[in-house]
Amino acid sequence: MANTNFEKYKSDGSLQGNVLEWVDARFPLTASIKGHLTEYYAPKNFNFWYFFGSLALLVLVIQIVTGIFLVMHYKPDASLNANGVPVAFASVEYIMRDVPWGWMIRYMHSTGASAFFIVVYLHMFRGLMYGSYRQPRELTWLFGVGIFLCLMGEAFFGYLLPWGQMSFWGAQVIVNLFSAIPLIGEPLSIWLRGDFVIGDATLNRFFSFHVIAFPLVIIGLIAAHILALHETGSNNPDGVEIKAKKNEKGIPLDGIPFHPYYTVKDIVGVVVFLMAFSAIMFFAPEGGGYFLETPNFYPADPLKTPPHIAPVWYFTPFYSILRAVVWPIFGIDAKFWGVVAMGASVVIFAFLPWLDRSPVKSIRYRGPIYKTFLTLFVISFFILGYLGTQSPSYWGEKISQLCSLIYFGFFLLMPWYSKVDKYRPAPDRVTG
Amino acid sequence: MSNECKVDCGRRRLVVATAAVGGVGAVAALVPFVSSMLPSERAKAAGAPVEADISKLEPGQMMTVEWRGKPVWIINRTPEMLGTLPKLDDQVADPKSEKKMQPDYAKNENRSIKPEIMVMVGICTHLGCSPSSKFKKGSEEGMSGDWLGGFLCPCHGSTFDFAGRVYKAKPAPDNLEVPPHYYIADGRILIGEDKKGA
Repeated sequence: MANTNFEKYKSDGSLQGNVLEWVDARFPLTASIKGHLTEYYAPKNFNFWYFFGSLALLVLVIQIVTGIFLVMHYKPDASLNANGVPVAFASVEYIMRDVPWGWMIRYMHSTGASAFFIVVYLHMFRGLMYGSYRQPRELTWLFGVGIFLCLMGEAFFGYLLPWGQMSFWGAQVIVNLFSAIPLIGEPLSIWLRGDFVIGDATLNRFFSFHVIAFPLVIIGLIAAHILALHETGSNNPDGVEIKAKKNEKGIPLDGIPFHPYYTVKDIVGVVVFLMAFSAIMFFAPEGGGYFLETPNFYPADPLKTPPHIAPVWYFTPFYSILRAVVWPIFGIDAKFWGVVAMGASVVIFAFLPWLDRSPVKSIRYRGPIYKTFLTLFVISFFILGYLGTQSPSYWGEKISQLCSLIYFGFFLLMPWYSKVDKYRPAPDRVTG
Repeated sequence: MSNECKVDCGRRRLVVATAAVGGVGAVAALVPFVSSMLPSERAKAAGAPVEADISKLEPGQMMTVEWRGKPVWIINRTPEMLGTLPKLDDQVADPKSEKKMQPDYAKNENRSIKPEIMVMVGICTHLGCSPSSKFKKGSEEGMSGDWLGGFLCPCHGSTFDFAGRVYKAKPAPDNLEVPPHYYIADGRILIGEDKKGA
């Protein structure tokens, strides 16, 4: 927040005023509202890319509210009921068929998971385009990378809960990835599962992580993300600092109060988003087999793997990178290096603020090399994502290796190409 | 720093020592929480052996029993199936079963006690999927023309022969595991235990 020393409210003698003065003497209510909303000055030139931060917050609220109601009926229990169906799987069917409006709450939650990643990926891409990660917003970016990592964990744990075939075998494959780590791998994977195979112990701890541990951490990180953002102020599509030019009152010339200007603008984004969200939730909740995968409509069977298993769409780019590594290095299995590459492909985002050496932040003033690399990166990300949904094949492997190279090249070559690239000097003021 | 100390140095040292001891206590408090995530005593005890009746298993057939939550396959191999094994010695990664993926009594050319009866854990040694049976030859199973029959893992494409030996240059590093087992009587196998006194 730009300035926390807002004056405390002085009552005008009315009852309402007296109450506010009483509260303000004990809690920074006026100061918080001013610091974060009515006197938080955001650049006046935000375009539609700036919807996705507040939309991510909206999806978080949807997930938490629907989650609270799902937990009222869901049972994390892998044992078989009288009909020979696992209790957890049967409880999801019960929510879908017998709980009043349960189907809608469940579909909101499952659609919300995919929506969360769509919104977050667009939010991150906005950051890439306009250089939002750069000095002085490195910490905002790092908290964001932390949120992304936790969100991936949250989604992975949640996917086991319906205890379908894809839940079970997906978790089996991912937990076994840890067993590839030399020496500690095998005991580590047993510790993660709490059993020698994916079972009731695993289901219960994943439930605990999904419902308590990770949401708490995510909310904490989001608070830190927003506090750090409000300390530095928002970036904008021109990538120039609005705080550099202020009027005599110390208000940025190109800044407008977040409330009411952007709260009202974000409502437009919310309306459009909810239209798309509702259309999917009501008419295509399975998302063509990408949001809810077909094998997950069969209860988990530890004795039989479905003929084709693939992670949910939002993990497939990283899964492709995992599969692209097929050579043992230093006498350690390829699967270990695959795990390393997959981990690196996510964590590498954290290094962006220090990899970028361009004199300008925004893509508007950058040269052709950066634009080419960013385009190739996005194309590779989509191709990797597509290949991750497919069965392994010879050409799939070769193409995913090429795309993985481009993916890492975007980051690792950035110190070089961002420096030698042409650029146009950024303007002093935002361009509207 | 001790010389430039503007505060009471003795007290500062006590504060540091107190914080260190408190830190040790906090780390020690992690032990019960971390340990609680290990397999429980009940989970450890659940590895009881299971008995399988194979008297009705015809040649060429396969049955699956559950042992420790994993599928264990029992295959009654035909002479023709067994005949494919020596032909594949140069195509599989560990033809002589040198790696310890089987008890010593199954370390032979067929990886079994009785030549025709194969007992193995149907879990791929790569990432733990359960391979599918592809017993017929070649294109009848949608495999390449020189396929002699065996198993294909649907997750990452590892292939195994009728003795669970993994083909070379596949993601799976090892042959399928042969669990400890023995014949209680003709047609009855106990899986999960070696023969007592043997």
